[in-house]
Amino acid sequence: MARGFDGADIQAGRLPSAEYEANFADLHPPLSGHEALVAADRCYFCYDAPCVTACPTSIDIPMFIRQIATGNTAGSAKTIFDQNILGGMCARVCPTETLCEQACVREMAEGKPVEIGRLQRFATDHQMAAGTQPYTRATPTGKRAAVVGAGPAGLACAHRLALHGHDVVLYDAKPKPGGLNEYGIAAYKTVGDFAQAEADYILSIGGITLELGKALGREITLDGLRRDFDAVFLGMGLGGVNGLKIEGEELAVSDAVDFIAELRDTKDLSSLAIGRRVVVIGGGMTAVDAAVQSKLLGAEDVTIVYRRGQQDMNASLYEQDLAQTKGVKIKHWARPVRVIDDGARRGVEFEYTRQGAGGLEGTGETFVVEADMAFAAIGQTLEPGGLDIALDGGRIQVDDDYRTSLDGVWAGGDCVSRGDDLTVTAVAQGRDAAEAMHRALTA
Amino acid sequence: MADIRNDFAGIKSPNPFWLASAPPTDKEYNVVRAFKAGWGGVVWKTLGLDPHIVNVNGPRYGAIWGADRRLLGLNNIELITDRPLQTNLDEIKRVKRDWPDRAMVVSLMVPCEEVCWADILKRVEDTEADGVELNFGCPHGMSERGMGAAVGQVPEYIEMVTRWAKQNTRMPVIVKLTPNITDIRYPARAAMAGGGDAVSLINTVSSITAVDLDVMAPEPTIDGKGSHGGYCGPAVKPIALNMVADIARDAEMAGLPISGIGGITTWRDAAEFMALGAGNVQVCTAAMTYGFKIVTEMIEGLKNWMDSKGYERLDQFIGLATPNVTDWQYLNLNYVTKARINQDMCIQCGRCYVVCEDTSHQAIASTKDGKRHFEVIDAECVACNLCVNVCPVEGCITMEPLAAGAVDTRTGKVVAAEYGNWTTHPNNPAKVAAE
Repeated sequence: MARGFDGADIQAGRLPSAEYEANFADLHPPLSGHEALVAADRCYFCYDAPCVTACPTSIDIPMFIRQIATGNTAGSAKTIFDQNILGGMCARVCPTETLCEQACVREMAEGKPVEIGRLQRFATDHQMAAGTQPYTRATPTGKRAAVVGAGPAGLACAHRLALHGHDVVLYDAKPKPGGLNEYGIAAYKTVGDFAQAEADYILSIGGITLELGKALGREITLDGLRRDFDAVFLGMGLGGVNGLKIEGEELAVSDAVDFIAELRDTKDLSSLAIGRRVVVIGGGMTAVDAAVQSKLLGAEDVTIVYRRGQQDMNASLYEQDLAQTKGVKIKHWARPVRVIDDGARRGVEFEYTRQGAGGLEGTGETFVVEADMAFAAIGQTLEPGGLDIALDGGRIQVDDDYRTSLDGVWAGGDCVSRGDDLTVTAVAQGRDAAEAMHRALTA
Repeated sequence: MADIRNDFAGIKSPNPFWLASAPPTDKEYNVVRAFKAGWGGVVWKTLGLDPHIVNVNGPRYGAIWGADRRLLGLNNIELITDRPLQTNLDEIKRVKRDWPDRAMVVSLMVPCEEVCWADILKRVEDTEADGVELNFGCPHGMSERGMGAAVGQVPEYIEMVTRWAKQNTRMPVIVKLTPNITDIRYPARAAMAGGGDAVSLINTVSSITAVDLDVMAPEPTIDGKGSHGGYCGPAVKPIALNMVADIARDAEMAGLPISGIGGITTWRDAAEFMALGAGNVQVCTAAMTYGFKIVTEMIEGLKNWMDSKGYERLDQFIGLATPNVTDWQYLNLNYVTKARINQDMCIQCGRCYVVCEDTSHQAIASTKDGKRHFEVIDAECVACNLCVNVCPVEGCITMEPLAAGAVDTRTGKVVAAEYGNWTTHPNNPAKVAAE
């Protein structure tokens, strides 16, 4: 629970109640049928299309757009789901501006790409509203697989395994499935409890038993899973949080991921307390999500401080623009030194940084960002949880088939060394790991 | 999932999408790529006698585009194959052997002498192709030499050559028709009289797509001159649909298989041709615009649509719309509709108003209580549909039928419940007397 400084100006209900609804409404409202046709008409149906190459799940984008254009919306959704069963969520949260839409030839030609993300949402919403999956499971194989983590990687893996006729038990430590889709993404990107609706939709394939509230190393063990199942997939993400490791951190710094999760879990946002002044340390999507949502909850001054330059931020330019449009201030080239609460001032002291010969270095000059609450969003780490498994750079080591160092154990998503912290990449890895597991199970 | 396997005049293919005889089916390399992409069959680009013809070495195509450069119509002056006959025959034989489940039809065009036809048919039979298509359609170049459309424009020639073909081969014979005539039924009936197993249509429409105003010559321009070409693509689809329907509903030609051609770009276009009576379809311009991969959209789209309508096989919907194509004189004159503008959907552009006011019946008001507001005046509306056609918002303006017994304020007459057409109308001098 985000708490901030003791005795600071931290309050719930900073805004009139109607404003919360408006602030947390859909960031990109869905396209109407006519808008979708106009948007689809702009697609050139390129050969070996650059957008497909740019998509981590390799969705046949020109094909699904052509299917929208020809009124075959169900076929369009199938084209998407064939590659990415979480196509609905990816349509909402993918940084399309750095993936498919950046690669779109019309971005190059006119600086105005085909609206691939919104078109993808149009097709997947249509099919999910119909409530049916365009798939039927293969004949049961009699094999059983355990999937740890019901986030994007785990859901994609479980679905593909179930599709191939295997029986799957899907474990998650949290009380709801979805992983970061449920707990780690700004509310305005996925309104209407979409993460749960999508999880339900994916599970409707059948053959997947969901076991919630079961964490690896707590209720279940890897040894036990390897004993009880024919194959195991680890997709539990990164449960640990990087600390700032600065003086006074314990006084007021909260984890931005927890804040986002808390917000997602709060029905009445006017009950959620937020500081009058908020500082967020970090430069990725999580930093932007935490900062923007602080602002939308009624914080007066919100500042993101990032230790390097604008072009180094993991948050896309679009996300940075969004933050600034919402009134968030972004300061570059500064790193936190200590947390101050001396009666006169509350906040975080930063030191300016620069790119030196040996890497990032402090200049010695400092400043203080006064704040009532501070959030750290500087990345997550794998919670070891007593795993006796080979790591690479602090994450689980996998080969091209997403095999770990342990026999019969595959892994994918943020917890593996090949992860890049994108939902869509996690989906691709879960899917491809499932294909590798299927090959092994039917060999 | 719907079964879209196709049997056209005894020629089987895994789906009803064939590539038409044209540049995309000119040689083995292209055809193999097409089959890999999923096309159900091809009509190999037209073979002729050796020495093979030559093509121009300047541009062969012209085009018209929509505002976003969407290709709407293509015009070509390319002739039949410009490769040696034996080269083509060898490739056809090899491709058919490697792809036995796909339809392989060979298009032919030789001079109007029986010996020429007998000879080439024998050689095509040796390839084990599934059938032949007689090219009586090409409107450019070859027609100047008495072939192509020059044959297709004379029903007697069509019948004669078709008969020669039937007498000289066991293969099914499809006769490809030119639209550059006045009434498509005459050449089609001639093909049937000559023993043709099927017709395919339309071939391209004689056209000049544009004029280069700097050099003052038609496009495509070859060294300052141009020649009319054959027009195809989405722009010709309405012409083709009408000709297909004309043949499909002609009593004399009942049961004659029709291969529909003309601007087919999506599954929906194909379904429309087949609903009007085409047994399958042939595609060219769409492939030449987007590549062979578009057949995936056509196949999946057609299947999804059939599933949504409960059609399990193609023959369950082929020709379903044919009986609803009729002559004007049989249209129900007692069916009265009025335009209705949905005020919630209206974006206030005023296009409906201005076209009705300037060019039609002054049946839309532009203001209400001094404010911009567009509404139909029933007493003036003749239900012409122009406002619906020019409205940029689909579904905003609709034509709503008046119920029987209601008064049409334009005519002051009560709408009759019974059907009544021109043949019995009092204004018709030749009306059939009521019994």
